[in-house]
Amino acid sequence: MRWIKISLGLAVIGIIGFFTVRELLMDPMYFFELFLGGLTRGSIYALIALGYTMVYGIIQLINFAHGEIYMIGAMTALIVASVLGMWGWNTAVIVILAFVFAIVYSCAYGFTVEKIAYKPLRNAPRLSALISAIGMSLFLQNYVMLAQTPDYLPFKSLIPDFKFWEPFVHIITSVEITIIVTTVIVMILLGLLIKFTRIGKAMRATAQDKVMAALLGINVNNVISATFVVGSATAAIGGVLIACHVGQINFYIGFLAGLKAFIAAVLGGIGSIPGAVLGSLVLGISESYFTGYFYSEYEDVFAFTILVIILIFRPSGILGRHDAQKV
Amino acid sequence: MAIKNQIKQSLIIAFWFMILTFPIMVIKVNTIQNTIYFRWANLLWVGIVTFFASMVWNYFLRRNEAQKKKEIDDDIPLIHRLLQNDRFRRPFLGLLAAFFIAYPFVFPMYHTSIMISALVYVMLGLGLNIVVGLAGLLDLGYVAFYAVGAYAYALLNLHFGLSFWVVLPMSALLGTLFGVMLGYPVLRLRGDYLAIVTLGFGEIIRIVLENWDDFSNGPRGIADIPPPSFFGHYFDQHNTMIYIYFIVIGLVLMTIFFVNRLENSKIGRAWIALRDDEIACQAMGIDKFKTKLTAFALGATWAAMGGVVFAAKTSYINPMSFTIWESITILCVVVIGGMGSAIGVIAGALVLILLPEYLRAVAEYRMLVFGALQVIVMVFKPDGLIKSVRKVYTFNVQEKTIHEQTHT
Amino acid sequence: MNKPILNVKNLTMNFGGLKALDDVSIAIEKGQIAALIGPNGAGKTTFFNCITGIYEPTNGIVEITPPGKNTQSLRGLKPNYVTERGIARTFQNIRLFHGMTVLENVMIGRHCRLSSGIIKAMLQPPSQKNEEQKAVTDSYEILEKIGLEQYVNDMAVNLPYGAQRRLEIARALATDPFLLLLDEPAAGMNPQETKELDDLILWLRDNENLTILLIEHDMKLVMSLSDWIHVVDYGKKIAEGTPADIKANSDVIKAYLGEDSDDA
Repeated sequence: MRWIKISLGLAVIGIIGFFTVRELLMDPMYFFELFLGGLTRGSIYALIALGYTMVYGIIQLINFAHGEIYMIGAMTALIVASVLGMWGWNTAVIVILAFVFAIVYSCAYGFTVEKIAYKPLRNAPRLSALISAIGMSLFLQNYVMLAQTPDYLPFKSLIPDFKFWEPFVHIITSVEITIIVTTVIVMILLGLLIKFTRIGKAMRATAQDKVMAALLGINVNNVISATFVVGSATAAIGGVLIACHVGQINFYIGFLAGLKAFIAAVLGGIGSIPGAVLGSLVLGISESYFTGYFYSEYEDVFAFTILVIILIFRPSGILGRHDAQKV
Repeated sequence: MAIKNQIKQSLIIAFWFMILTFPIMVIKVNTIQNTIYFRWANLLWVGIVTFFASMVWNYFLRRNEAQKKKEIDDDIPLIHRLLQNDRFRRPFLGLLAAFFIAYPFVFPMYHTSIMISALVYVMLGLGLNIVVGLAGLLDLGYVAFYAVGAYAYALLNLHFGLSFWVVLPMSALLGTLFGVMLGYPVLRLRGDYLAIVTLGFGEIIRIVLENWDDFSNGPRGIADIPPPSFFGHYFDQHNTMIYIYFIVIGLVLMTIFFVNRLENSKIGRAWIALRDDEIACQAMGIDKFKTKLTAFALGATWAAMGGVVFAAKTSYINPMSFTIWESITILCVVVIGGMGSAIGVIAGALVLILLPEYLRAVAEYRMLVFGALQVIVMVFKPDGLIKSVRKVYTFNVQEKTIHEQTHT
Repeated sequence: MNKPILNVKNLTMNFGGLKALDDVSIAIEKGQIAALIGPNGAGKTTFFNCITGIYEPTNGIVEITPPGKNTQSLRGLKPNYVTERGIARTFQNIRLFHGMTVLENVMIGRHCRLSSGIIKAMLQPPSQKNEEQKAVTDSYEILEKIGLEQYVNDMAVNLPYGAQRRLEIARALATDPFLLLLDEPAAGMNPQETKELDDLILWLRDNENLTILLIEHDMKLVMSLSDWIHVVDYGKKIAEGTPADIKANSDVIKAYLGEDSDDA
């Protein structure tokens, strides 16, 4: 079994390597464009995947409603920007307020969802919490659909075309570069938060051992809430950025994006923050090449196939810990 | 004092929700015509509803806490107690049979058609109940097998002219085969990964059906699927509906019959044991993987048969009938009805499918309510509306003989 | 001389860098009541898990010689196959099936001795019905032996604590083992219940022809019950012998009381 796995793995790597080199030599520019496209896509996945991985790390729950939090972030930004735009406010102020509102509201929703649907089930079987999460996801989607509209809404980009970026625009647009740069900044900030702040340390302690953390005087409930809030905030940033990039949103965008980001988180090793980033970039870039060279309509099939392959051959992901079950 | 605090708390919660829902519930922007509406009435409604909802929520949460301290209640649900009672059992089942037999003759065709849909969901729910309720495997791609059945009938009929009665058993085998094929790689995964991977498989099958034009006719779907024949004879539209109705009733009875037997057999007990504790289950000599695979494959069998009936009834199928929402609806039937409980699942299917059909005014809120119900049921009544009851054995100690008292 | 019924040689189990078991060798003779003792975290439960297939040991040999059969290796077998070979166990933290009645919990133990498959379960031919009836009677008899027959149709979780521990033993017995591994069977029991457990274990050895290996912290129980005691500490075996030997062994006393005990 071991040898089969290794030889299969080598064969796959060989084939991928061969195609990569061939395509690179045939049309280096197109190859590079796809790479940047994948990087952008991966950055968005990373912003959402963080929420999944942090929540999973702490309460071992797939927060199905996370994609909806991201959608609500984008939706709030759209509403705020449109209202302020019609009132004739200054563009810069609108951009800032739209981001602020998106983040604040996503955090508030994330916080509330946890209190309603997950906190009462903290000691219930995992299946119950998962079903509750699916229910929450369904509810939030339909809530936005009924209160707003089932149709796609055009989303006017909040990010202007930067003057200084003009020379490079044919390679990568200013929206795309903003996405990549923002993601890097968010990652660094998050890394600092988790490494050095009080709440970050509490999060790490809680993720390792909830009971022990509680005995040491950490308020586990607050830590869990904080985790949801932080995850929601990064998801909201991702939501607004992708809306600027794609130019339209509806109530359904959270579902698929959430799913992809979750796949990315699993790919990298769920529970691990660097893993989520790495997994997102791997998924984003490989998806970009797949759609660029093969079939764009089978993009999602590709993502799921990668997920299945990874889970079968390396169930704990690229960077995940392999922990034995406790008996 | 307690009440005063409660009111204060509920007021704060109501206020919180009014702020929370403000952008989405109150403001409505039309970016095409550049108009904004403020729906202030919604704000008021949110406040009032969440105020009372939070009171009810807290009341039940406290009651649940108090109950948890006591023993886990093994009260038998009313319906089970009634069915155990011989004096009640016979007339009840008789009435039920009379109702279902008379139904298509009394009510117009439209109602028969709806009832067929509901009964197909009963079948699907009972099938998924094996996977989710008994074996504890969260399968979010159940609709994939439903699609396999529906497309099997449509395509085999289109290309080879095979009839309903030939395809029905074939599809059962095909469903089992697909269940084994999909289950084999994924059932080794941990529980929550399984949910995502099965969801992925469900989506993959739909995407393939949508894009593989030569095979499935793509998003246009397949039309003119013939209804089932009666020994080579076809009825008119009205009678066909009645005919299908009785076929579904037959299939549902068969499903109940087999599922009930499975539930109280060696394999059924192994499923429940696996759901309760995987490690202890293995330590008792049960092959974890094989047991999971049988549950998964058997669930798929019923889904595929349901698909054949669906195709025969609607005479037209396309990939849009097999989205993730279909899987989630079936899951709701199982979860809300009562995981592991056949009566619960039947009641769940009838209520969840029939009610929205008749309350057209609220039909658009269907998924919203389903979502909310899933959360509420999980928080307050994880066993569902009608919880499952285990078989009771009675022993006559002197003679060492066993009298079995069977319940459904 | 007969081969030992369970023969473990040089068993090593690594978790990452941590050596939970380091070169442990233990042999259990037929008909023995053997005990495995040691301070918390010494690797006792890991030892059970390595034998029963829940962990695959990093190194070492696990062999059994069931009565009247040939010697065979258990290493790398899945837990269910280990149980089929005749080793049953209980768990330190009770692991009953809470969705089932007491009788059904025991019937799960019968599972690997029954042969009916899915098709038979659906069609219920006479052979299946007979087998099912026999499983019910057998399970009931086991409950009678253990003294739990009054709970037969209760849900397993609603049993008193001591009864839950006994039910775990009943469930293990139902798998027809020749070797029974008990992981802290007396934990949480009151003196009366411990006394009953003591009698039960002796009875099992004498009347059911079982060999028993138990992990236990209750030294009074261990000393009165065991024929042979193995002591582990920090994953290493530090001593074995009769209860009297162990009581007098200075390494064991050190392990339990700490390095400074000589000065005290």
